[in-house]
Amino acid sequence: MNNPLGPEEAPPAPLHDPWSDRPDWSGRPDGPPWPDVSPWPARSVPTDRREQLYAPAAPAPGWGWDGWEPEPEPAPAVPPPRAAESAESGARDGDAWAEPDDDVYLAVHATPEFQRVRRRYRRFVVPAALAFLAWYLSYVVAATVAPELMGRRVAGPVNVALLAGLGQFATTFLLTWAYARHARLRRDPAALDLRWDIAMRTRRADGYVDSRSNPPREPGR
Amino acid sequence: MTGEHQKLALLLFCAFVALTLAITLWAGRRRHGSPEEFYAGGRLFTPMENGFAISGDYMSAASFLGISGLIALYGYDGVLYSVGFLVAWLVVLLFVAELVRNCGRFTLADVVASRLRRPQVRFAAGISSVTVSVLYLVAQMVGAGSLVALLAGGHTGTGARTAAVAGVGALMVTYVVLGGMRATTWIQIVKAVLLLAGALTLTVLVLLRFHGDVGALLESAAGRSGHGADFLAPGLAYGGGVTDRLDFLSLGIALVLGTAGLPHILARFYTVPTATSARRSVVWSIGLIGGFYLMTIVLGFGAAALVGGDAVRADDPSGNMAVPLLALDLGGGAASTGGTVLFAVVAAVAFATILAVVAGITLASSASVAHDLYATVRRSRARRRGDRTAGDADGAGAGEVAVARVAAAVIGALAIGLGLLARDLNVAFLVGLAFAVAASANLPVLLYALFWRRFTARGALWAVYGGLGPAVLLVVFSPVVSGSPDALFPGVDFHVFPLQNPGLVSVPLGFLAGWLGTVTSAEPADPVRHAKTEVRALTGAGAA
Repeated sequence: MNNPLGPEEAPPAPLHDPWSDRPDWSGRPDGPPWPDVSPWPARSVPTDRREQLYAPAAPAPGWGWDGWEPEPEPAPAVPPPRAAESAESGARDGDAWAEPDDDVYLAVHATPEFQRVRRRYRRFVVPAALAFLAWYLSYVVAATVAPELMGRRVAGPVNVALLAGLGQFATTFLLTWAYARHARLRRDPAALDLRWDIAMRTRRADGYVDSRSNPPREPGR
Repeated sequence: MTGEHQKLALLLFCAFVALTLAITLWAGRRRHGSPEEFYAGGRLFTPMENGFAISGDYMSAASFLGISGLIALYGYDGVLYSVGFLVAWLVVLLFVAELVRNCGRFTLADVVASRLRRPQVRFAAGISSVTVSVLYLVAQMVGAGSLVALLAGGHTGTGARTAAVAGVGALMVTYVVLGGMRATTWIQIVKAVLLLAGALTLTVLVLLRFHGDVGALLESAAGRSGHGADFLAPGLAYGGGVTDRLDFLSLGIALVLGTAGLPHILARFYTVPTATSARRSVVWSIGLIGGFYLMTIVLGFGAAALVGGDAVRADDPSGNMAVPLLALDLGGGAASTGGTVLFAVVAAVAFATILAVVAGITLASSASVAHDLYATVRRSRARRRGDRTAGDADGAGAGEVAVARVAAAVIGALAIGLGLLARDLNVAFLVGLAFAVAASANLPVLLYALFWRRFTARGALWAVYGGLGPAVLLVVFSPVVSGSPDALFPGVDFHVFPLQNPGLVSVPLGFLAGWLGTVTSAEPADPVRHAKTEVRALTGAGAA
């Protein structure tokens, strides 16, 4: 992809993600001053799942995704210089804003697992939001445009307006409950799996030593 | 109000201040000055704690005294405020809480900047966050001043008001500078418990008075108000001309869309470890806030029924005294011990409410100044010097927190000054204004950054400034600032915009400007950043 800013407007150095937890060592070729210690806690992943993660994944078309090799070369303990890295990945050559883990995220974005999480989120949130906004706006508009209708008595002193107001409270509580339930049952497990995948893959993209050259401890063994 | 009431209220309030200062010292005793600790309290609060703190941050004195007062005076039209303030939380729950927790680190600008990667974008989002916070802060300061004036019986000089505003300012700066987010959160939790307990006590007493018969309560409120059945239907406050109705619509839009753009509310989601906890915090707070606003409705109608509209209006024309007067009546009248105690409790709780809210806003705005504005300037200066390592997030940490502490003090001073200047403005109205600016300047850029694939940096700049500019300008040229008897400058008249609340115009303008800036942008959108943002937002990968 071309640099969106054009060559002459490009900043002199890649702007480091200002709140990334990974410091920008591009200005220091000697790399970070700490020993190579795995930053991630060991977690057991079922073998078939791990195969699935590290199998050469289907490439995301157009992004130069060339899959994961099953066994990495002895990885350097320090991140390689930024320029060499983007040249290797080939996906975002010359892009001043590229980051080493971009390809990981793109690959995950293309996976059916992520697309399913995204679809489930949108399929719930968009209709729910349209419904409650329409319900709220019609309530406010009715109060300003048709006060006679709203003032019609239903039972004793209780009129349409009071019922509609209490209805707003009730629908808010109901939708909150439904959303929390939907998210907990339909999205959370898949999202956690994906987060774990990305954490593992990002380490490799960063050039940290892969867990399999330093295998995770299996609990209970 | 007699000296007895004031003495007891003052005593209770001093107890609260002492408690909060103890919390601050306790929270600050083991601090090590990291940004995580100062801005986010170490991110280790539980969803329940955070849910209470969010409620404590959100339920201001304006809603406790103001909304009940509006209901007591105008009946049903006040209920619309309660509904708007609650429904707004659905926007937060569905679109903002989890995604912001996953994509940001400390502030709203983090989310936008992580999607668009331009220092100018972070700076713009920082500017609008600070503007919203200062407006909201001024509203609370004005509230503190009028509360003191009200509780002292309305015939105090400016001295007591000034002292109250300055005292609130000094306390909030102390909390934030010494205790950071940890102290602020615990103060908000304590305040939320006190406020809910106070409201619950009064609600139960009101219902007991009517033997649990809500119908009788409503009948009695309608009868005593002098409006009859109209009291229970919309139209008393906003039923005037077309302008009135449009103003109400404008307020309704600002309320429901503004909450999701309030920087101090967004900052609260960073105090929990994961997006799941952020969601559960919002579920807690929706329960607490919904319960609270239901109680304000009972209190408002209770005040109309038991105290009567005329008595409420006699003490304060805008109705803010409805709940204190109701407490006096429920306790057994002005001469009784019960009345004195309840009145003092309500007064102290209202003051505690203001303190907790201002602490949260001061912290959020100091985070915006240090983390967004100062850090951007520092980094761009360093880049110009050719020092490429100066932008490191870790190296900036301690220095940034020191800047944030100074910023808290400066913002405190600014809020005291503006609070004294604007002391005659209506509190609920000022809060509505802050919501309108938040909905116009912060919400469009946030939603576009999270959801729109084609969004560009130019679109982000346009969205922020295209929402912020019109919102502020429309306020300047509205009847609030000039041309009406209760305006900021009553002597002159340069108002051209008829509505008091700009939301109806400025919110669509903010969304429109963001769209326009994006489609006219020469630079193509970066699909990689969008994909990355989507993955991070929905999975929490790489979240701080």
